[in-house]
Amino acid sequence: MATVTEASTPHRGTDVITAAKEAAIAAGVMAVLALPLIGFILVDVAGGVTLRTRFGGVLTAAAIVFVGRFVIAMLRGRGAGPIAHLTGLVTRRVAGWGAGRFVGPALVGFAVVLPVLPFSDRYIIDLGTSVLIYVMLGWGLNVVVGLAGLLDLGYVAFYAVGAYSFALLALHFDLSFWACLPLAGVFAALFGIILGFPVLRLRGDYLAIVTLGFGEIIRIVLLNWQDFTGGPNGLSSIPRPSFFGAPIGRSAPEGQTPFHEFVAPVMEPIAALFGGEWGFDAIHRIVWLYYIILALALVTNVFTLRIRRLPVGRAWEALREDEIACRSLGINPTNTKLSAFAIGAMFAGFAGAFFSARQGFVSPESFTYIESAVILAIVVLGGMGSQIGVVVAAAFLILIPEFGRDFAQYRMLLFGLAMVLVMIWRPQGLVSGREPSVRLHAERR
Amino acid sequence: MQDAAHGALAPDAILTVDHLTMRFGGLTAVDDVSFSVRDRSITSIIGPNGAGKTTVFNCLTGFYKPTIGRLALRHGGAVHLLERMEGFRICKEARVARTFQNIRLFGAMTVLENLMVAQHNRLMVASGFSLLGLFGAASFRAAERAAIDKARFWLDRVGLTDRADWEAGNLPYGDQRRLEIARAMCTDPALLCLDEPAAGLNPRESASLNDLLRTIRDSHGIAVLLIEHDMSVVMEISDHIIVLDYGRKIASGSPENVRNDPAVIRAYLGEEEALPPEIAADLEGGR
Ligand SMILES: Nc1ncnc2c1ncn2[C@@H]1O[C@H](COP(=O)(O)OP(=O)(O)OP(=O)(O)O)[C@@H](O)[C@H]1O
Ligand SMILES: [Mg+2]
Repeated sequence: MATVTEASTPHRGTDVITAAKEAAIAAGVMAVLALPLIGFILVDVAGGVTLRTRFGGVLTAAAIVFVGRFVIAMLRGRGAGPIAHLTGLVTRRVAGWGAGRFVGPALVGFAVVLPVLPFSDRYIIDLGTSVLIYVMLGWGLNVVVGLAGLLDLGYVAFYAVGAYSFALLALHFDLSFWACLPLAGVFAALFGIILGFPVLRLRGDYLAIVTLGFGEIIRIVLLNWQDFTGGPNGLSSIPRPSFFGAPIGRSAPEGQTPFHEFVAPVMEPIAALFGGEWGFDAIHRIVWLYYIILALALVTNVFTLRIRRLPVGRAWEALREDEIACRSLGINPTNTKLSAFAIGAMFAGFAGAFFSARQGFVSPESFTYIESAVILAIVVLGGMGSQIGVVVAAAFLILIPEFGRDFAQYRMLLFGLAMVLVMIWRPQGLVSGREPSVRLHAERR
Repeated sequence: MQDAAHGALAPDAILTVDHLTMRFGGLTAVDDVSFSVRDRSITSIIGPNGAGKTTVFNCLTGFYKPTIGRLALRHGGAVHLLERMEGFRICKEARVARTFQNIRLFGAMTVLENLMVAQHNRLMVASGFSLLGLFGAASFRAAERAAIDKARFWLDRVGLTDRADWEAGNLPYGDQRRLEIARAMCTDPALLCLDEPAAGLNPRESASLNDLLRTIRDSHGIAVLLIEHDMSVVMEISDHIIVLDYGRKIASGSPENVRNDPAVIRAYLGEEEALPPEIAADLEGGR
């Protein structure tokens, strides 16, 4: 960085000219694009439709692009240097402390106490649950994309399989959430293997396109198989997870005790101690769901961290690095890829089962391509293969649209802007740096 | 001058190649080549650029399916017909390991991890296909320690112990070449195929490569099949040399025989001209 700064100082004049040139080109492109998009507008006037022009808007858009592009071009030599350096330093520190040493436990501790913090209300806990679903999905997809290097654009298909598995099992066979959870994972993993088998001999872009197609096929099947999946209306009255057999609600079905009565012997004295009263509260269920997804996400995390250090995890990474070398070492590439695909799919299945239990309702609308794109963005922005990075990116990508709710129309714009900025300053992801799975010498620090 | 006993497996041959032919469309890269590799020997394949040497390796290790030919490898009391085997099984079952002309390491992984990946199949079984491993079973931990010991052994041999925790992609070129050999050795091969291991090495490094290859042959009893342009390596350590030109075998025999073979001299020099000094020096180098 330092050399760039020194080198560019004497040529500040030419810098400005090149930056201006670049900005002018970008503004020109913007003007061409904006002409049909902004320049013309159809307005409803007294029953008829007339065409109005808004050339002022085109000019404004071009001017904004000119200034923005100019600033970025100027920053690239100087300002961006220190910023990139600083963010690099911070994230390397984060990666260096390791997920295990400081940041990880602190985040887990925060997540555990979140529901009892004074500022926590229904909305915040619900939001935390959403973030954790995406964290879990991100960790699951990280196995496929980050470790095994298989670009999967149809990950949401396995999420859908998990969600519908639970919904159908619960509705048709009256099975509980806890009985269905492993089954949903198994079904999703089986789907992973079935879909993976024909496509895993493809590489890179081809694999991405085929998985994208499979993701859509699953959604369209769900949409059209009216008798089985309820089609566009989806499936409703899916049972909620019980608390060790006690349903959470104001009243329970015949022969069962509702949660608040079930735990009353413990909670009543505690509540009395604080001068409160113990009884049914709608927030119990939300908190319980929050803790379920927290536990599921932590299981995913521990599992993926451990499996990365096992032979199969190393084989995944080796496959990502060089498939030909892997074959020459006697590693079966098909089986190894399938195992990555199946394990990634299994976690999506768990998350899917949780999702339908939380909503009490599933429909194909929840499983569009955009979901796959968001999960993939979480993995890529977080820094491929980095566990903490996924948490940071999931929080970032889920919370940004939330805070942008007031100007809902611009949510996707904000999302895009955030992605562009990250790609400019940290193309390797927010948290990068790889921890070896095994060491010969003790680490020197 | 020609190898005897095509068709039948010579009693002391670990590998017998019969009538190997590989065509790419209209181009015949390897044309009816037959040879055998004796157990505990170093056999070199030499020839000008584009002679088809790497193609022979790719057929042996399952990357290409030969157009014609039989590739029989004797290991563990069985004969494996390599031309019929799936690529990864050739290393896993027939125990043929190889290195690549353009080095193929797992660049983002550490040196030690590269050597652990090479022991994948054994560790996979020891980890109970990951189930025992996930719960940290003692038997798996012991197997992993044994794998690390084996890796350390080969790291010591190639002089990379100090750099065990480096990212493989950050190693200097010569170290990468030696790491690739160590990685191939960690698969416990019966036949080691090296594609130009001395390329880009300085004279000191290629001298130590000679020692390494001799150790592999003599102390570990492993047959080595070597492609090499560096005549100081080839002439010094080979037990047997095979010369390819335009895909055809034009000569074979001991280093002494091959060096003086007029067909070989012609292949390297074109038609009846005087030896260019640097080639002459190369050929002399081994004496
Ligand atoms: N996959 C392929 N498709 C088409 N032609 C190929 C293929 N692989 C090799 N060839 C051709 O086969 C011939 C032999 O190539 P090969 O790589 O075996 O030569 P080589 O003896 O290893 O040469 P070098 O000393 O330069 O490494 C060359 O003409 C090459 O272009
Ligand atoms: Mg070659």
